[in-house]
Amino acid sequence: MLPSSFEYHRPTTIDEALDLLASLGDDAKVLAGGQSLIPMMKLRFAAPAHLVDINRVEGLDAIEEADGELHIGALVRHNQLAGSELIGSKYPMIAAAAPQIADPLVRNLGTIGGSLTHCDPSGDLGAVMLAANARVVLKSKDGEREVPVTEFLADTFQSSIAPNELLTKVRITSPTGAYGGTYLKLERKIGDYATVAVATRLMMSNGSIGAAGIGLTSVGLTNIKATAAEDALVGQAPSRELFAEAGRLAAAAASPVGDVRGSEQYKRHMVEVYVRRGLTRSAEMAGAA
Amino acid sequence: MEVTITVNGTAHTLDIEPRELLVHVLREELRLTGTHIGCDSTSCGACTVLYDGTPVKSCTLFGVQADGIEITTVEGLLTAAGLDPMQAAFKEHHGLQCGFCTPGMMLVGKCLIEQNPTPSDDDVRNAIGGNICRCTGYMNIVKAIQAAAAEQQVTPTPTPANA
Repeated sequence: MLPSSFEYHRPTTIDEALDLLASLGDDAKVLAGGQSLIPMMKLRFAAPAHLVDINRVEGLDAIEEADGELHIGALVRHNQLAGSELIGSKYPMIAAAAPQIADPLVRNLGTIGGSLTHCDPSGDLGAVMLAANARVVLKSKDGEREVPVTEFLADTFQSSIAPNELLTKVRITSPTGAYGGTYLKLERKIGDYATVAVATRLMMSNGSIGAAGIGLTSVGLTNIKATAAEDALVGQAPSRELFAEAGRLAAAAASPVGDVRGSEQYKRHMVEVYVRRGLTRSAEMAGAA
Repeated sequence: MEVTITVNGTAHTLDIEPRELLVHVLREELRLTGTHIGCDSTSCGACTVLYDGTPVKSCTLFGVQADGIEITTVEGLLTAAGLDPMQAAFKEHHGLQCGFCTPGMMLVGKCLIEQNPTPSDDDVRNAIGGNICRCTGYMNIVKAIQAAAAEQQVTPTPTPANA
């Protein structure tokens, strides 16, 4: 399958990329890992007149901590995330999710910035970043703005990025004290979309839960942040009953549709089970179970 | 658009359309038909090539993106001395039936045993997670990759320094 014809641009600096995006406007798409965009172009669901390939733009592929925050560059590949010592030692929810994204070959190219901007409700990193309360940095020639992922994942396959903007990095507040997190994914086989997947994290504060994050994959028109379940956890001491209640609240926030992967009822039930299980594992990691 | 792509050690300067996928460039411009088109939708891995040493699906990468990059295809495994140990192991252990997935399996295997000289069953199965085989049931593919890893331990692949 061949995509429609397009003009190809390969900037090597962020400024060059922003100049191109400013002048090409709506007719241009940014090409990062291409693992979603290229299939969409081959199916002619997308037919941009211009592609701005950012793969050789300098300074977009770092994973680093600064000022109490984790910064993940937009071009960080899923396998880079999966192999990062910093992520492995301090960010267990991301570390659990990264090696479960798509398949190993797709992970060699797919990027965090592309994955988030694609806004696929089956995207794993969307749920993780909702649970992490992440923000994305969007740059344009006019300046820079920071947008919470809750706003960025605006709708199905629709982010809130403007045509002249480039997502340059993802920011997450670094956890402190005792904490844990994980990502549980139910999939039929490697590379399939999740039937259901759940990102969970807990941060303890004086024996009770100081902060909680829950993100859901493949059970709605977007990735879903289960805010009622999160709110029910904060300020409470971890317990089986509490986690079961959070599971029920998260399942109520999900709106799955039945398909070849399972019925609506089955998926909703699995959200409940996975939230309970994920929170239990997160609490164990935090030494609070 | 003019690009220079190094394929199996030989630099090729080509005038290609940006919309041509890398697999088209390899098969149609360079007539290297060992790289197969299976699903054409990023699922099966029959089109796997090494992009600067990293396995990727060449149906999901534009040829222009390989400008200045070293690509290895299955044809690049063969040496003057004969079959690569990975190819010999697939032959010896019946790691293929129809052969359609085999180029991708072998290239992923090559990359795996370079990074992990003693891969477990799980290591191999995880590494080939993006490559689908509909004939073998994978058992002999796993055996073949492990056998090639063992062979590599006995006779390390010569590096340019001591070749």
